[in-house]
Amino acid sequence: MNIIAIMMFLGFVLVTLGVTFWAARRTRTTKDFYAAGGRITGFQNGLAIAGDFMSAATFLGVTGLIFSHGFDGLIYVIGGVAGWPIVLFLLAERLKNLGKYTFSDAVSLRLQATPLRCLAATGSLVAVVLYLIGQMVGAGKLIEVLFHVDYEVAVCTIGALMVLYVSFGGMIATTWVQIIKASLLLAGGSLLAFLVYARLGFSFDTILRTAMSHHTFGDAMLAPGHLISDPLSVISLATTLVFGTAGLPHILMRFFTVRDAVEARRSVFFAASFIGYFYILIFILGFGAVALVTAETGYFDPATKLLVGGGNMAAIHLSHAVGGNVFLGFISAVCFATILAVVSGLTLSGASAISHDLYANVIRPQASEHDVVRVSKFSALVLGAIAVALGLVFENQNVAYMVMLAFTIGASVNFPLLFLAMYWKDLTTRGALIGGYLGLATAVGGIVFGPTVWVEVLGHATPLFPHKYPGIFALVIAFGGSIAGSLLDRSARAARERAGFRDQFIRSQTGVGSEAASVH
Amino acid sequence: MHRLYRLIDEDPRFHALQRSRSRFAWSLVALVLTGYYSFVSVIAFAPALFARALYEGTTISIGLLAALAVLLLSIGLTGLYIVRANRVFDRLNRTIVDDARSRFEHR
Repeated sequence: MNIIAIMMFLGFVLVTLGVTFWAARRTRTTKDFYAAGGRITGFQNGLAIAGDFMSAATFLGVTGLIFSHGFDGLIYVIGGVAGWPIVLFLLAERLKNLGKYTFSDAVSLRLQATPLRCLAATGSLVAVVLYLIGQMVGAGKLIEVLFHVDYEVAVCTIGALMVLYVSFGGMIATTWVQIIKASLLLAGGSLLAFLVYARLGFSFDTILRTAMSHHTFGDAMLAPGHLISDPLSVISLATTLVFGTAGLPHILMRFFTVRDAVEARRSVFFAASFIGYFYILIFILGFGAVALVTAETGYFDPATKLLVGGGNMAAIHLSHAVGGNVFLGFISAVCFATILAVVSGLTLSGASAISHDLYANVIRPQASEHDVVRVSKFSALVLGAIAVALGLVFENQNVAYMVMLAFTIGASVNFPLLFLAMYWKDLTTRGALIGGYLGLATAVGGIVFGPTVWVEVLGHATPLFPHKYPGIFALVIAFGGSIAGSLLDRSARAARERAGFRDQFIRSQTGVGSEAASVH
Repeated sequence: MHRLYRLIDEDPRFHALQRSRSRFAWSLVALVLTGYYSFVSVIAFAPALFARALYEGTTISIGLLAALAVLLLSIGLTGLYIVRANRVFDRLNRTIVDDARSRFEHR
């Protein structure tokens, strides 16, 4: 039992509950609840976006992947960073100019709102739930190792806390919890990397040399191909990561918390810089963990010879190796804060999809603001329960892989939909629906019938879909389906939708008309 | 079409801005994706190249340097876009919108 970890963890929970209480009193309108009133600055939002992206899945999962598979873990790092310029150059400003609270707003502007919102909300919810599983598993394992409480208790505690943050504090609380955590994580990660460096004579060469002498792959640790070797999987994973970033609903939602397109743009720059810096730290932490954790038998289960707490715990053991129990406590508390903040953002984004996209715009358009916010709070509760349940089912999955599945949905449903709606004048509702649902079906089918779920979770002998990374198939099918479906659509409605493109285009470029939209 | 939008659409400066902005953005997209997919293609088709040491006597591999290069390229281009957008595009955009607004009100 690590007293320091518990104290710091309780401290974080108290501070964030304080923030939630403060935020709850400032949350009056739906705009406050979904978009923090549009009062977040570019810098704050950049930090919050970076916080969303620097999840425990990255910190623990990717460090764990480098620890076990060497160089291949870096693919996740580079893919995550390379997505940001794409978001900036193609999406951020236009999204802010077109939308209100969720990316479905931008998609449904000139197309038929009801069916498209259903599609976009489905895409969001599937991505959110998959992402939540990854985070819950990481958190549950962490608490199990640190506080010696049962995995089930740990997962339920997180579920309860995130529902509290989201339903009482809305986007204001979610953003500030994220900002506090991002600062803690950047500071903690920097200190950890510094201590690793100091231990190994301030030489990256020495880190690598020591790591190679301990790693089971030896000198081949830096050779690609230990985690994924066939070219198709590499390309598919890489494509999923870079375009998935541009389709993650909880990140797209953050562009609505700033004042205008200029601030949205600034957000991306700060986010990309923080994320890039943090990912460079991950290089050091991953190889540092190989160098300093592998040799210590105390970090391994004597019976199974596996890392205590599983492959995701390499970064945690590393903090103990360089800084003893005090630092282990600090890093664990930071990880815990990370998970809480990220699951809150995810839950809010899922709750917005249900209450804003489905309830307020499809099911009951005449609902009052008060009703809509109430539905959001209830949705947050339901999502919390689902996340807890699935966190228990998927207990032993690598968290970085689970998150990759969320990226698959982002890349194959949300991104094609958003991109084509903004850039291609001939997109029609029918085309978008055909492409979107085909992409969703391919992605979900590929995941469920693929090697990970069909064979490893469900215990069948051979997968029905042979590839572990279905992303590229789903992306191509989604684009192909949307384009073919739109070109073949000769209805009068399609003609009206194409004619509406010019107005939408000018608004997306100039921001004219978006002020009115954000006032409601 | 909304009348304010039509006024903007009639302004040749809007078309020039929109063309130069989109040319700039797409060139940067092409740069990032070229860098990224070159990195990925080596991993997929010629992994041995990335395993090679940078020079005699170091453990730092070509792959690690390439990874760092793609990472810095991504952040660098993000910065470049912001600078150009702040200095050129925003100013032009504001002039075009303000002009259209005043013509809209005076009609």
